[in-house]
Amino acid sequence: MPYREVAETVGNRMIDILEELGRITGLAGAALRDIIRGKINAKLTLDQMVKIGVDSLPLALITAAFIGMVFAVQIASEFVRFGAGKFVGGVMSIAMARELGPAVTGIVVAARVAASITAEIGTMKVSEQVDALESLGASPIRYLVIPRLIATTLMLPLLTVLTIITGFFGGYLVAVTVSKINGVQYMETAQSLASLWDVYGGLIKTAVFGVIIAIISCYKGLTTRGGAKGVGESTTSSVVITLISLFIVNYFLSIIFFK
Amino acid sequence: MINLSKLTKYFGKLRVLENVDLEVQHGESVAVIGPSGCGKSTLLRLLIRLEDPTAGRIYVDRQDISRLSDEGLIRLRSNIGMVFQSSALFDSMNVYDNVAFALHQRGKRNEDQIRRIVREKLRLVELEGTEDLMPDELSGGMKRRVSIARTLAFDPKIILYDEPTTGLDPITSVTIEDLMIKLSRELKVTSIVVTHVMQTVYRTTKRILMLHDGRFIETGTPEQTKSSKDPIVKKFITGGL
Repeated sequence: MPYREVAETVGNRMIDILEELGRITGLAGAALRDIIRGKINAKLTLDQMVKIGVDSLPLALITAAFIGMVFAVQIASEFVRFGAGKFVGGVMSIAMARELGPAVTGIVVAARVAASITAEIGTMKVSEQVDALESLGASPIRYLVIPRLIATTLMLPLLTVLTIITGFFGGYLVAVTVSKINGVQYMETAQSLASLWDVYGGLIKTAVFGVIIAIISCYKGLTTRGGAKGVGESTTSSVVITLISLFIVNYFLSIIFFK
Repeated sequence: MINLSKLTKYFGKLRVLENVDLEVQHGESVAVIGPSGCGKSTLLRLLIRLEDPTAGRIYVDRQDISRLSDEGLIRLRSNIGMVFQSSALFDSMNVYDNVAFALHQRGKRNEDQIRRIVREKLRLVELEGTEDLMPDELSGGMKRRVSIARTLAFDPKIILYDEPTTGLDPITSVTIEDLMIKLSRELKVTSIVVTHVMQTVYRTTKRILMLHDGRFIETGTPEQTKSSKDPIVKKFITGGL
């Protein structure tokens, strides 16, 4: 009998997850439909682009610089030991463009922006502001979801370009000054080993991350219930689900793009 | 005119309203009373279609609003305004932008016209000169009045009040009630007031409906309700329920 109870519990949980996934997909579909119809509020979208993109820039760049420096420290000493020091630049450029740049940007924005979006919309939901929006003739999807969706989808690739460059030159700084690698060789191997597709693939991944971050965090905000406690729970769950989704999607996109 | 026919609402297995019938005439002020959690606010939310009915029909001016397209909902909501229990002012906007919100959404007027309407509605609720204040700079009573001005901005034919005086001090409550009476008399709007504050009910409405266990168990004038023989109604209006 305990086996049956376990199976029922697992089964019910799976049904709940699938139902929630269906509702999240439904929200994404409704937003996409309105975007295609041109129901875009340019002012709100620009506000969100500043809030999501520009305000995330310092944290993304600092994180990328240190990730690049740490990565260079780790690989440079090993490469030099095997006489392959000149390839550090090439490995750095591929790693930053394909994985580290997109991942750093995705994680930083997910942690910072997903929490902020869910907390803001969740607070609006529990204080009846979302209902007030609807009662005054505004669609929450057009007013709240679409501006954030467009902003994250456009700003993440732009941020990623900057994090790739910052991480790459952070690595250069450490490789040249600490590991005494020739700077010209660092740049030459970067140019010869990395291709433009490495950058494009990384940027496409972050655009997908942007969609995931906006849709999950807006969905969690719009389904918040139960006052301040509910807002806290929604925010935590939004960040956790967004990060897990990013890691899973990143794995599959990397296989598709770079294998 | 509003007409509810066998309106039923369930949340999952929880029954909130069961076969509710109601008719409200143009310009009438009706109160729906009942203990917390009896479905009063849900009734208002169904009327403005923030919730979908489980069964039954809702007619506004003979149009069935139970199933409406997005455009139909926008048309419906341009005739019905709702004053929320928590005021629900947009906390990222100042008073002017809150009151002007519906006008900006509809996009049919220029900014000068909108400015004139906002000033006029704020004068009606006696809050001239507060345009630049943010919601967190307002008292509870002022928020409630801005919320009413925001609802009035698009001249709705019907106003739904969800606990309009709950949580306010007695003097502020009287101010809000006076405002509701003025709106009914001067603008001839149809009002449905959901509350458990009996003073507000007696002062602002002409007909009272008691909601209990998902159904209306009593309907009548304030005087008839005061002399009701129904033990649940008696207990509620004397403060025992």
